[in-house]
Amino acid sequence: MAETTLATTPSASQEAVPQQGTWLAALTGRLVIIIPYAWLLILFLVPFLIVFKISLSQTAIAMPPYSPTFDLAGGISGLWESFREFSFDNYLWLTEDPLYFNAYVSSVVIAAISTFFALLIGFPIAYGMARAPATVRPLLLMLVILPFWTSFLIRVYAWIGILKPEGLLNQFLIWTGLIDQPLIILNTHSAIFIGIVYSYLPFMVLPLYSALEKMDYSLIEAAQDLGCPPISAFWKITFPLAMPGIVAGCLLVFIPATGEFVIPDLLGGSQTLMIGKTLWNEFFSNRDWPVSSAVAVILLLMLVVPMMFFQQAQAKAQEQGR
Amino acid sequence: MKSLGSIRRSFSPWTDPAAKPYIVFENVTKKFGDFTAVNNLSLTIYEREFFALLGASGCGKSTLLRMLAGFDEPTSGRILLDGQDMRGIPPYRRPVNMMFQSYALFPHMSVEQNIAFGLKQEGMPKADIDKRVADMLKLVKLEQFAKRKPHQLSGGQRQRVALARSVAKRPKVLLLDEPLGALDKKLREETQFELMDLQQNLGLTFVVVTHDQEEAMTMADRIAILDKGQVMQVATPAEVYEAPVSRFVAGFVGNVNMLEGTVAERSEKTATIKGASGAEIRVENAGDATAGSTVAFAIRPEKIKVSSKKPDGAANVMEGEIYDLAYLGDMTVYHVRLADGQVVKASALNSSRITEDPLSWNDKAWISFAPDAGVVLTR
Ligand SMILES: Nc1ncnc2c1ncn2[C@@H]1O[C@H](COP(=O)(O)OP(=O)(O)OP(=O)(O)O)[C@@H](O)[C@H]1O
Ligand SMILES: [Mg+2]
Repeated sequence: MAETTLATTPSASQEAVPQQGTWLAALTGRLVIIIPYAWLLILFLVPFLIVFKISLSQTAIAMPPYSPTFDLAGGISGLWESFREFSFDNYLWLTEDPLYFNAYVSSVVIAAISTFFALLIGFPIAYGMARAPATVRPLLLMLVILPFWTSFLIRVYAWIGILKPEGLLNQFLIWTGLIDQPLIILNTHSAIFIGIVYSYLPFMVLPLYSALEKMDYSLIEAAQDLGCPPISAFWKITFPLAMPGIVAGCLLVFIPATGEFVIPDLLGGSQTLMIGKTLWNEFFSNRDWPVSSAVAVILLLMLVVPMMFFQQAQAKAQEQGR
Repeated sequence: MKSLGSIRRSFSPWTDPAAKPYIVFENVTKKFGDFTAVNNLSLTIYEREFFALLGASGCGKSTLLRMLAGFDEPTSGRILLDGQDMRGIPPYRRPVNMMFQSYALFPHMSVEQNIAFGLKQEGMPKADIDKRVADMLKLVKLEQFAKRKPHQLSGGQRQRVALARSVAKRPKVLLLDEPLGALDKKLREETQFELMDLQQNLGLTFVVVTHDQEEAMTMADRIAILDKGQVMQVATPAEVYEAPVSRFVAGFVGNVNMLEGTVAERSEKTATIKGASGAEIRVENAGDATAGSTVAFAIRPEKIKVSSKKPDGAANVMEGEIYDLAYLGDMTVYHVRLADGQVVKASALNSSRITEDPLSWNDKAWISFAPDAGVVLTR
């Protein structure tokens, strides 16, 4: 062993010596890669670990309202004592009460349906934008982003004014004579769909737009030239080429929609069961931090694990393409 | 004039008044906003013809093809295909396939899938598709690349895939927009001949856009020279080269010396052209040049003989000195400065290894040419 170490040392040091320039370049190169990882570590992994730790604790009437809390004064043995108090009881609790399971399922279903509608509405918008003359595209892009300049909360409140029985929509429909009784939209699932689709539409449109804008229109011409009518050319060329945008848009809508709290709370009324609202109740009404942390951890795993599988599948598909 | 017909094969429906044209452009104009890309252009192309559109960049070649393929409609005028007015017929219903200048390969499909795309669209049985795709891959020498995606190919390979994809359907009319531009010289020459074979064997009509005049001369039955959206001349390669109708055409195809002057004397066939310095050129085939008109005498470098002694008996002899010369191996190009200061290019084939009287820089030299060695251009 010693011999090999000795033998390799000189050559290794020779390699390490080279000009300072390359060494510096290597370091900056590394730094550039480190930054996003550091970002993830500090702003995602560390908070996640804290939440995870809380989810393993028990409620306590204290501040913060759970135990054990790490007390460094106790030294190593004190820490060890704390560790032994951790348990998965909170997770077991989640499986025992069907409330949580139902909330998860209904959140996913509501998010999925909303995502589908956002795609259905967002695609033509993005397509129209991408095909618009290059001079008006920045304007259209700005119009898509414009709603962000107003508070999200205010915009959701505004929908109450529109959707309520004596609201703008019903007044308009009654005025046109289409209906004579106001429609009950507010405090139903429909209101949630409307709220989510409205709020998250830009997240769908932007990635779709960027995918469609990159597409060379002569591909459509080539497809038509080879005997493909426009609708079929859409499915065979435009749609597959927009796929990265579709996937990105759907994830950007689906993930936050699953955990959405404000929209179901304001537009969905008290009946709707969504995991974001359940979490809020556990945290603020029951002050049960450990259970709400467990809810959050499960929610995260539910979203991250399928996404990881999906990404792996995509990477594989790309490799096969080569 | 002696016959300057198609050398490649005895195929010349354009000389037969009874022949029915296959593709007709009738006073076609295409405007993009204020800009006129194609200007009142008329052309006829015959079935099984190999027709080349030759012109400088931006002269409207691609626009012509796009109108024929159905991507753009003419602003005015008509396009007939096999007697049928094409206006309003969408691209996917035209018996025309196009190879795009930008290739337009489908990036999400492999080479094979790209080539098979049009065949699938036709509903061809799978086994036949596979066979046709294999044939096409062989034609363009891309057998090993069948499974690759376009982004994994070189520029020349992509071009060949685009070519294979457009030929695969064996359309009645194949439009090729710069089909060989990205290929190296050797592959380009091979592919030129393969294209010609393919066209002959399948009996297709080819319309090829190119700005490489040599390529047009090699492949085409007839060439249309375009300039600023207008047709300057439509003729066989030999006619375009030997009997250009205008200064533009003469200058566009090959090398040419343009000797400007006025017609001093005019008989039924012959004419004498007097240059600014008083030098006279006697020519035959003076065409429609009338006495007193300003004309150009266009003569190709290889039709001018350069010698160190004054030649006897030649119809036209001019004195000058060697201004520059370039030895190109197979031939030598002399730039001879005439008495009036004009520089004339003359090329001589180096048919023997050792020349008897080698000419060198600043040597006194005489150029001579026959009265029918060039053409008189009034336009
Ligand atoms: N969609 C368009 N809008 C405006 N102008 C156009 C359009 N398409 C072509 N043009 C103009 O029409 C003219 C002819 O274009 P075209 O593409 O036919 O040229 P080309 O002869 O094929 O040139 P190249 O050899 O460079 O391919 C050009 O000046 C071009 O700028
Ligand atoms: Mg072009």
